Amino acid sequence: MVLKSDVHPIVGSDDVVRVRQVARQWAAELKFSLVDQTKLVTATSELARNTLEHGKGGRMRVELVENGARRGIRLTFEDEGPGIANIELALRDGYTTGSGLGLGLSGSKRLMNEFDIKSETGRGTTVTVTRWK
Amino acid sequence: MSSFHEVIRKNESSILAGWLAEMASSNRRSDLMSDAELRQQATELLRLVTNAAETSTDPMSEAFSSTRDYLKDIAKSRMEQGFSPAETALFILSLKQPVFNALRDTAGISPTKLVTEILTAGTVLDRLAVETVNNAVEFRDLVISRQQEEMLELSTPVVKLWEGVLALPLIGTLDSARTQVVMESLLSAIVETNSQIAIIDITGVPTVDTLVAQHLIKTITAARLMGADCYLSGIRPAIAQTIVHLGIDLVDVQTKAKLADAFALALTRLGKTVVNAKQVAKSTNKREEA
Ligand SMILES: Nc1ncnc2c1ncn2[C@@H]1O[C@H](COP(=O)(O)OP(=O)(O)OP(=O)(O)O)[C@@H](O)[C@H]1O
Ligand SMILES: [Mg+2]
Repeated sequence: MVLKSDVHPIVGSDDVVRVRQVARQWAAELKFSLVDQTKLVTATSELARNTLEHGKGGRMRVELVENGARRGIRLTFEDEGPGIANIELALRDGYTTGSGLGLGLSGSKRLMNEFDIKSETGRGTTVTVTRWK
Repeated sequence: MSSFHEVIRKNESSILAGWLAEMASSNRRSDLMSDAELRQQATELLRLVTNAAETSTDPMSEAFSSTRDYLKDIAKSRMEQGFSPAETALFILSLKQPVFNALRDTAGISPTKLVTEILTAGTVLDRLAVETVNNAVEFRDLVISRQQEEMLELSTPVVKLWEGVLALPLIGTLDSARTQVVMESLLSAIVETNSQIAIIDITGVPTVDTLVAQHLIKTITAARLMGADCYLSGIRPAIAQTIVHLGIDLVDVQTKAKLADAFALALTRLGKTVVNAKQVAKSTNKREEA
């Protein structure tokens, strides 16, 4: 169940900083531990930068979700960019089509509890991640 | 014929006086600008508007280009003098009343003509005011981004801890622009001071993601190529765990939890030891006694 939700645009590099702050705020409000806050914020940074750099810009939806007695934060990164032809490959450690370390996507998956990616070449990419408290 | 520009031309001195009086009562900031300067700007602007309005009533047209240029200069100089964009807009808007007054007092003007001319003059001046606010805001954005750049450099000081030992305490968000500055300033400081060891302290960095890590690794590698060793300190437990999950490999990098530990290691590597001065004094005394 979604208790609260918000959408933030990701069109410039300062938006990456901004959505990171949003994630930190939501995590702090939910009283996430410092380690969990740091994990969530770091994954946000990676996925937001992918949205900006590979997806040519998009947005982040942030949601406060509840599943039984558990509460968590779900983030959805959406873009209408070129999409990812081979998701399995993109999720491999060290794979990059740019000049990065190629760890953003796979690293975010390890930093979060739930990770889902949908992509269609020429249509765009949607990455949904959740971190439970 | 009694178009507003003709009316302005005919009543130039009284409109100018009315305008200056209007400003004196509303937004005059004599602390920021002299009367003579204000009068000179008002006179010039009135002349430009009157000339332009002879051929066009569209403030965005070619006829108004020199008016717009002049307003751009005014927006800039007012900004530098400390006026707010609203105050700069009021400068133009307070010309409306005197112009309307002059139109109203024109002998033989028909009511229809009066309304038309008031509307036209009003629209022209409103749009010029909006244009000036835009200029002022644009100019202010420029100043802000320049200051941001200056701050980027200020916030990355390289400090010398000891002969041959440099430290770079990083504080704040490491966006790519700033990381670039950091990298360059550290590398050039290594050359300038001929240092063998550089300590990068990330205690004040809230987020270490793959981009930050990549910049750090590149800097450390470049320093190594220049013959200097780089230590990374200030890795908080939460950051350490995150780095591990991300899969970033820092095994080749000498890391220490605290800057003090990294400094101690640096001194050891340089063959220096830190000793307790009192004990040294005591043992020296003993030797002298003997
Ligand atoms: N939103 C996206 N749209 C299109 N392609 C993407 C998107 N996100 C990731 N990719 C592709 O997946 C690859 C791997 O992404 P990942 O974030 O792991 O590495 P990276 O961004 O290249 O480098 P970094 O380690 O700095 O994040 C990218 O190089 C890119 O080709
Ligand atoms: Mg990435």
